[in-house]
Order: sequence, then structure tokens, then C-alpha cells
Amino acid sequence: MRKLLVSVLMLAALLASPGFAEGLLPDIPKAMGEPHPEGNEWWRVNHPALLMHSRDQTVIEGIRDVDASIKTCVACHAVEGPDAAPVTYESPKHICRACHDYVAVKIDCFQCHNSRPEEADWAAVLPSLGGTPESLRAYLERISQ
Amino acid sequence: MIIPTTEKGAEISRRDLLKKGGAMATVTLAPGVTLMAFGGQASADGLKKGARWGLLIDAGKCPEDCSACVTACSNEHGWKNNGLDTDPQWIRKVTLREKATGRENSLPVMCQHCDEPPCVDVCPTGASMKRADGIVLVNRHICIGCRYCMMACPFKARSFVAEEVTDQRTTTPRGNGTVEACNMCVHKIDRGDGTTACVEACQATGNNAMIFGDLNDPESDIAKAVSTYASMELRADLGLGLGVRYQNV
Repeated sequence: MRKLLVSVLMLAALLASPGFAEGLLPDIPKAMGEPHPEGNEWWRVNHPALLMHSRDQTVIEGIRDVDASIKTCVACHAVEGPDAAPVTYESPKHICRACHDYVAVKIDCFQCHNSRPEEADWAAVLPSLGGTPESLRAYLERISQ
Repeated sequence: MIIPTTEKGAEISRRDLLKKGGAMATVTLAPGVTLMAFGGQASADGLKKGARWGLLIDAGKCPEDCSACVTACSNEHGWKNNGLDTDPQWIRKVTLREKATGRENSLPVMCQHCDEPPCVDVCPTGASMKRADGIVLVNRHICIGCRYCMMACPFKARSFVAEEVTDQRTTTPRGNGTVEACNMCVHKIDRGDGTTACVEACQATGNNAMIFGDLNDPESDIAKAVSTYASMELRADLGLGLGVRYQNV
């Protein structure tokens, strides 16, 4: 029993140490927008079903203001690359790849969808180009119409 | 599959919170377990009920050397022509010549948005579909790229994406291995622009050869025009009930 306790404590210490986290766990980039009210854990579990449902709403029923739109995901979670542009799905730093590489789940969304906002909107979603939560909100508002 | 957050008002979308500032009450049940109730309702607009979107094209006003509509479509939807047989064909200028008289006529041809679309009949997966407002489009999420619809279309309106596509317009996702065609700028219609890219471009040139509108709305320009002046469908013998009509062909 004591052995078990010691090993659990050691494991906890290992997980808590920064070196371990950086090396083995996915490095999930921070988003600029406001946090999800349902919490990140909830979104990690439910985003595939939400995206699936919302895509049918948009394509079949013409509803653009949906709960989970891939356009808003990649805008809010845009990651700046070395060229002052949001990275595409080609980069391992892309929000989707950060986790999907880790869990080895291949997604084909970006064979058709753009994995970042269009160039004209980069300034709205990247803080280094002058993007603020307000400009992001205005952009999200526009694309959900 | 259980789909969470489908009932509007019961749960809140992320966008509602952004929009409405999130009038919410949080109840903590136990450490780490919270109940959240949100004010406001998500708007479930969607397509216009009872509409039948259509185009009226006056070939008499369409000069042979003008291709503004084709260029506008290319810019709006992000497709490019490389001069290859496999190029996308959302809209193209076609020149007709009457053999007996030699009279030539130039007109744009795109998806005719049939009432009874043959492409929908033949699609094995249900990807080729007609929206409730009459717009015929490809649901690329379930398109397997078999190209039956391309064979079935009497207007040669559909084409196949034969190359990988990057940096798509965010309003028009398109990628390798799927079939595509004119979608009557469905994103603009849903946005409430009340026009399409080709019609906007045609009006900008001053030719005014194209009108877009709701054929079922008697007050719309297009409904008034088709009820007043002669217009025809291409291949009317097929009885497909087209959403795109032509004058002076």
C-alpha cells in the first residue's frame, strides 16, 4: 500500500514538473477570444459532434450562425507563425494539430476548408498585427451572418 | 449519436456569449461541478422559406467580348482557370450560332438550378442536393467524387476538383476529390445580400444583362420581368423546371 502511495506521489510530481509537461503533453496554444463558457474540457469532448451537427445546419438549412463553426475555431485560435501570418494546418503548431497529432487522429476538414482566416482578416485575429478581442469579435460577428 | 446543444435557449453557444455579453447565472453544485443558465436565444434564421431563387439572363444585352461574370465568380469563390481540361467550370461564356442565318449569340451558362435536378437523382450518397429554396448544390462533406452528377447534368454545369486546393475563400470551402458547380452564391443569399457575384459584376459593367431574385415573390424584379416579357429555359423539352431563364437567345 505504501509503495503504491509513493509511486502515485512520484507520478504526480512528475506530471506537475514543467519539463515533463513540455515534452510529452500537447502544447495547446492560447486563444485570443473570451473563454468557452462550457469550459475547455467540455469542448475537447464534444467538438466533433457539434461540428458535425453545425455543418449540416449550414449546408442544408442555410443557418450560418451555428454553435460550432470551423471558421470561428480557426479565427479565435489563430496561432502566429514566423512570417507574421496565422499558421496553416501544415504547421504542427496549428490549434487542431496540437491535439490531433498527439492522439494520432487524422482529420480531413482542411482538404476543403481554409485552416486560417483570409489574408484581409489577419489583422483582426493576430495581436501582433493590431488584433484585439474587439476586432476578433467584429470578425466573428461578420462571418456568422 | 447524441448531439449536444441543439435545443436553442437550453444551452448557450459560444457566439451568444460573445454577442450578448453572456447574461448568465452560475450555480456551483459541488467543487468542480457547475450549473450554468444563460439568457438570450440564438437566432435560427436559415434559408428563406417558400423562396425560389432564380436568374434571368438577357442574351441580347450580353456582349461576346465581356466575361465580367466569369471573373467575378472566380474571385468570389476562389477557383482559377489554368487552361487545362480539368479546370473548374462554375460559369462559362457560350457562343451560339444559328446555322440557317449565321446569327451569333453569347451568353453565360452555369448550373440551371433545376426543380427536378438529374444530378440529385443519380447521386449515390445524397451529396448532390436541392435546398428548400431551390438552390442545387453539392454537400462536399458526403461527396465521394464519383462524378455521376457530371454525367447526368444536361448543361455540363458541374466540374471535378482535380487538384489540391489551398487558401480557399472561407465562404466557399472546396477541395480535391469533390464535384462542384455554381451554388448561386449561397453564402451571399444567406447573408441577405440579395444578389450574386455575377449579377453584381454584370450591373457594374452597365450591360445589366442579369437579374437575380425570388421567382416566387410577385413583387421581385425577376418575377415581374418573367411575367411581362418572353423568356425561356434551355432544353425546356427536358421539363426540369429551371431556376435560370434566358431572353433573346
